[in-house]
Amino acid sequence: MAWTRKILRVDLSKGTCKAEPLNMEWAQLYLGQRGLATKYFVSEVDPKVDPLSPANKLIMTTGPLTGTPASTGGRYSVVTKGALTGAIACSNSGGYFGAELKFAGWDMIIFEGKSPKPVYLWIENDKAELRDAAHLWGKTTWQTEETIKKAHQDPQIRISSIGRAGENGVLYACVVNDLHRAAGRSGVGTVMGSKNLKAVAVRGTLGVGNLKDPKAFMAAAAAGKKVLAGNAVTGQGLPTYGTQVLMNVINEMGALPTRNHRDVQFEDARKISAEAMREKRPTDGKTHLVANSACFGCTIACGRISKIDETHFSVVNKPEYWGANGGLEYEAAWALGAANGVGDLEALQYANLICNEDGFDPISFGATVGAAMELFELGIIKKEQIGMDAPFGSAKALCELARMTAVGEGFGKELGMGSARLCAKYGKPELSMSVKGQEFPAYDSRGIQGMGLTYATSNRGACHLRSYTVASEVLGIPVKTDPLVTEGKADLVKAFQDATAVFDSAGICIFTSFAWSLADVQPQLDAACEGNWTMEKLGEVGERIWNMERQFNLAAGFTAKDDDLPPRLKTEPAKTGPAKGLVNGIDKMRPEYYKTRGWDAQGVPSKETLKRLGL
Amino acid sequence: MRHLIIGNGPTGLVAAETLRRLQPQADIVLIGDEAEPPYSRMAIPYFLQGGIGVDGTYLRKSPDHYAKRRIQLLQARVSWVDPVKKVIELADGKRERYDKLLIATGSHPVRPDVPGMDLPNVHTCWTLDDARAIAAKAKPGARVLQLGAGFIGCIIMEALAARGAKLTIVEMGDRMVPRMMTEKAGGMIKHWVERKGVSVHVNEAITAIEQQGDALVAKVSRGGTPIVADLVICAAGVRPNIGFLAGSGIEIGRGIRVDNHMQTSVADVYAAGDVVEAIGFHSGQPELNAIQPNAVDQARVAAHNMAGEATVSQGSLAINVLDTLGLISSSFGQWWGAKKEEGGTGVELVDEGNFRYLSLQFQDDVLIGATSLGWTEHVGVLRGLIQTRTRLGAWKDRLLADPTGFMAAYLGSAQKAA
Amino acid sequence: MQKSLHIDASKCTGCLQCEMACSYENYGVFNLAKSRIKVFNFEHEGRKVPYTCTQCAEAWCMNACPVDAIAINAATGAKVVNEAVCVGCKVCTIACPFGTVNYVADTGKVQKCDLCDGHPACAEACPTAAITFVDSDWTGLDKMRAWAGKTDTAARASA
Ligand SMILES: Cc1cc2nc3c(=O)[nH]c(=O)nc-3n(C[C@H](O)[C@H](O)[C@H](O)COP(=O)(O)OP(=O)(O)OC[C@H]3O[C@@H](n4cnc5c(N)ncnc54)[C@H](O)[C@@H]3O)c2cc1C
Ligand code: SF4
Repeated sequence: MAWTRKILRVDLSKGTCKAEPLNMEWAQLYLGQRGLATKYFVSEVDPKVDPLSPANKLIMTTGPLTGTPASTGGRYSVVTKGALTGAIACSNSGGYFGAELKFAGWDMIIFEGKSPKPVYLWIENDKAELRDAAHLWGKTTWQTEETIKKAHQDPQIRISSIGRAGENGVLYACVVNDLHRAAGRSGVGTVMGSKNLKAVAVRGTLGVGNLKDPKAFMAAAAAGKKVLAGNAVTGQGLPTYGTQVLMNVINEMGALPTRNHRDVQFEDARKISAEAMREKRPTDGKTHLVANSACFGCTIACGRISKIDETHFSVVNKPEYWGANGGLEYEAAWALGAANGVGDLEALQYANLICNEDGFDPISFGATVGAAMELFELGIIKKEQIGMDAPFGSAKALCELARMTAVGEGFGKELGMGSARLCAKYGKPELSMSVKGQEFPAYDSRGIQGMGLTYATSNRGACHLRSYTVASEVLGIPVKTDPLVTEGKADLVKAFQDATAVFDSAGICIFTSFAWSLADVQPQLDAACEGNWTMEKLGEVGERIWNMERQFNLAAGFTAKDDDLPPRLKTEPAKTGPAKGLVNGIDKMRPEYYKTRGWDAQGVPSKETLKRLGL
Repeated sequence: MRHLIIGNGPTGLVAAETLRRLQPQADIVLIGDEAEPPYSRMAIPYFLQGGIGVDGTYLRKSPDHYAKRRIQLLQARVSWVDPVKKVIELADGKRERYDKLLIATGSHPVRPDVPGMDLPNVHTCWTLDDARAIAAKAKPGARVLQLGAGFIGCIIMEALAARGAKLTIVEMGDRMVPRMMTEKAGGMIKHWVERKGVSVHVNEAITAIEQQGDALVAKVSRGGTPIVADLVICAAGVRPNIGFLAGSGIEIGRGIRVDNHMQTSVADVYAAGDVVEAIGFHSGQPELNAIQPNAVDQARVAAHNMAGEATVSQGSLAINVLDTLGLISSSFGQWWGAKKEEGGTGVELVDEGNFRYLSLQFQDDVLIGATSLGWTEHVGVLRGLIQTRTRLGAWKDRLLADPTGFMAAYLGSAQKAA
Repeated sequence: MQKSLHIDASKCTGCLQCEMACSYENYGVFNLAKSRIKVFNFEHEGRKVPYTCTQCAEAWCMNACPVDAIAINAATGAKVVNEAVCVGCKVCTIACPFGTVNYVADTGKVQKCDLCDGHPACAEACPTAAITFVDSDWTGLDKMRAWAGKTDTAARASA
């Protein structure tokens, strides 16, 4: 019994916390975490709901492998209707919070309504209560964690909280846990803030027991770890360099979006790469990188812990920022760096730290700054409006704008809307590099064609984590495909999307999929979870989840028109690199994809497809 | 070489075992006056609760433990010590010669000088015999009045509550465990046990006890309502067992005075455990500390010196852990802190609703004392930090800001782990 | 040659596989609260430090125990709690200056590392070899042992 079989339902309007049994029939159909929580969500919430209204709900959810020694088995997700996108949102995070929630005896927490005043949820095993958070409101996530741990006199409490960005309505605010980990995308933190819910603090000492077959599970988990250790990416690349290992690779491929996707290669990529993080700085003779770190149960340990150069302009006289902190990870380094043309590693670390501390998504923030910089260079936004010169490449502007966005000061308020709303406001909607309102991550789809389809069809708006075809197109996992062609990408994207939905629903990290296929996950799930978890069943679960999310989005008002890329990627060819002269072939891939999915030409799942999946 | 040890509690026993390790050939005689194999008073509460049988209280479990180590057990009461002739005299008049003598006679409970303290249903709770008598009388539902809410009183209370007794406690001090807990912590313990149904009167004393039919009626100071009980337990403190030493020439204060080798004022006579007034770790002055960990540490020091290995004690340090009906508390060293003029600072963290409490007291950058409620993880390092006088450096300020990080501070300063 | 746990904190990533392995080995559940090895996180330094009993020679816990519930395993040298004898008095938890004996409310007993009868589950589970089980001479525990000596009020020659 890998599920605790217990859900905590928190009515924030009434201030009540109630336990209810987990729907075990659904667990067999949707597994857990992303799939199962989304099933609850779509069953209970009107798709047309305003994401920031009390009628929206927010679910914090674990998977059946969360809290077990399956490698990376510590994940949890936040499911809601995204504030940034208006689409189904599911943001996944590592750290230790998810496992602690499970150890306290809960599969998920469903938050509904809106608290009349700021509160935090305190869970100690089966005891759950809402507590006043007036003293926490206005605090950063770091201060919040510290304050709660001290007040409860327990350094081992695990906390997920929003920072000032979530309070101030930054539309891409995230939910931060364990200081440096975040359910980052789509504005799940904004929804949490709109409910006056500052934090969830958990202490769980019940543990996870009673797996279906503990012996078989330990053996399967050990086998899985062996595969990870033996794989070049998960066994060497990620532990040594972190996700940042990609910076130079992707740049050389001509797929590193630069200056709001004007370019596909960044001349300073090296300066902000994993290699640079390991080099001694001339100023203080120390490396930027201090250590690598793992999330709960993770035997990969891709996480980076770094220290900013104390003499750097961003932190000079701010000793509170001289300690070790999380990052840089590749996506953030790209969004804060290449996307804005900023090649100053320390500045990126600082901006990233502000994102962690005050809880907002560095991808959307960085990309929005990129759009603003382009608007500035075009003369559409003036220096006076921003409060400073903000040309591409300005590290000063980046750092200052991060601070202003966190606290909602001046132009920071506009950046907090995200690039789609910002560009629309200034009459240049086409300059927002986003899909369904959510900014692209760090792969230019002119250089990696499959990623164009990934972005366009992702159920939560542009995102690399819904089908990471980079694995195949760049790294050759599980098979090498040509990044420059569109052929075969529809099938590839579907396969990745369905498999990813299973990984995301199991309680493990998607980075295992560099080494693991579903066939490596299946024995672990089957030994842990009651029921008969065959490959066929898992494949179906993945496809079912994807179609369920799709239907929610369609009902929310999205159409095939929203499965598209900004014109720049379709009309402005890559200027340099291997993809020189190419645009993305989304219009060719999309119909193929719909067909592969068993959807009609409008992207609506056919009756047969729905029936086949039991939807 | 002939070692005599008077008192077969933990002190005497640990000394005997240590001597045996150090001197395989010596004669070792362990003398005790109770009709039991060496046992542990600390186990009495668990015996009272019924968690263990009488053999569960024995300090060593295997029957041939003593024979195997050639430790001779002698059941007798020592009535006199003659350090000049190096003999002791037993109650039956027999004499025993020694080369080295250890006095480890422990302490005995005191009964306040109040009428009625000698009534048959008024008991102390110090020996196995006491415990047997109490067990026979403290039936579920019995009304039990306990005098004193000190450390031992609180431990007994836990056992009595587990037996289903209806408890009333009267304590002269202003809080529970006043000699071990800060004002705040003692008050929180009081709240806790009251919530568990124990009636607690502080700042009050019993002035007389009368037998009225089957019941005892206790009069309370300042005209409070008399308390009716089936059984009265007196836990009003202990005094060292030193009566038999009168005229021996051994220097005695409130207990036997010893130096930091655990040697008395007289050559070849050592003393350790509850019976001594040893040099305090912080005060440098003679202190009574009737607790088990001190007793056995002192026993080891004494044994080494008796065996000719000069060994010093760093001084006696009070450390206590207590479980009052499920609320776990601990206190260490000079928990009340040091004066500001002497470099004293401290921090107190209180969560009354959840019964969590932590107080750390420093002198300069060294931890000198601590009190905790609701903490069970890693509290031992508080002792470690105090006893090694570890300089905390920058960690001290961090602890003043957030004392909950004491384990990190320990690893960072004592183990230089970070 | 007796073996000891050797901890190289610089290799620790904080994955807590050791803690899960420990609780599983001893209680059959994955529960950090029941792990006898603990990983401490020094956020400010970016360091993770696994920490458990060194089976120190002074054996504070064993000497303080009033009922002889802690004994030395002759094969491994580990100081092992006999749960059947332990009365849960917790004196060992304040006697141990390393803080490595802890009370478990669930069981009413204390727990400490017992070296898993010579096959420590934590060392087996550690993916980075931050925890290894090696000949005692190699452990470099001397530093900690020296500190233990400082704590010792007893059995230290004054000469
Ligand atoms: C109910 C109870 C609970 C306790 N709980 C704790 C606790 O949780 N933690 C803690 O640290 N301490 C506790 N203590 C105190 C602890 O038991 C003592 O500190 C410890 O027993 C001291 O050991 P000792 O060997 O010095 O003295 P004792 O254990 O008292 O042993 C002395 C022995 O000497 C014998 N003796 C005395 N005079 C003579 C004589 N003239 N001739 C021959 N024999 C003699 C006595 O009969 C006795 O057997 C508790 C005590 C009691 C009663
Ligand atoms: S808690 Fe158990 S092992 Fe520890 S000292 Fe008490 S009886 Fe002994």
